[in-house]
Amino acid sequence: MKTVTLDITKDHCPMTFVKTKLQLSKMEPGDILEILLTAGEPLDNVPRSVVEHGFQVLEVTPVKDNIHKVVVKR
Amino acid sequence: MAEKNKLSIICMSGDFDKAIAVFTLASGAAAVNYEVNLFFTFWGLNMIKKKGGRGFIGKGLLARIFNFLLGGRNKLPLSRLNFAGASPVLMTGLMKDRNVATLPELFQASIALGANFYACEMAMVVLGLSQEDLIPEVKKVLGVASFLEMSKGGQTLFI
Repeated sequence: MKTVTLDITKDHCPMTFVKTKLQLSKMEPGDILEILLTAGEPLDNVPRSVVEHGFQVLEVTPVKDNIHKVVVKR
Repeated sequence: MAEKNKLSIICMSGDFDKAIAVFTLASGAAAVNYEVNLFFTFWGLNMIKKKGGRGFIGKGLLARIFNFLLGGRNKLPLSRLNFAGASPVLMTGLMKDRNVATLPELFQASIALGANFYACEMAMVVLGLSQEDLIPEVKKVLGVASFLEMSKGGQTLFI
């Protein structure tokens, strides 16, 4: 089991969830993905798109300013 | 899990800005687990030609001249203010500067996320194109009946 960090704080729709999906597809079941993203559209939709694929969102925590960390279990 | 959502897009335009709309929707929908079907017809076929630039491809002299003038996906004009092809280059630069995905990135993402590419049989006959002239990701050359069957039960857009 490994943990990977993905920073999409500088990306915009649709690359925020495109990059998330591509990264998750490279990982094994049980792996952890930590996603750094901004509030608004990415925070509203990236966790939802992950759940849509049947993966689990373990935690969503503010990091600084408007940046949040979303932890996903593949 | 619930039944998979589905988005089908009829891609008729060969304009740069409309191609961005097609591949933004396609990659975004595929990334949120939609089945995505792209049906390319008429000028939309320029987006999926194997040759990204200009080439005398197709069957028959007139078709070959037509296809040369139309070009491939690296030569798509902006629907307004094209300025002889300068604007798509400037627009791509702007998109890069602002961290927005460019057309090639959206196109590659759509392929990587498994969007299904189909080509319109009738338009291919008119433009003298065969499946060998198109990118290998094109699954099949189809007609209206097949497209209607595959898009049934989902959302369909015409761009």
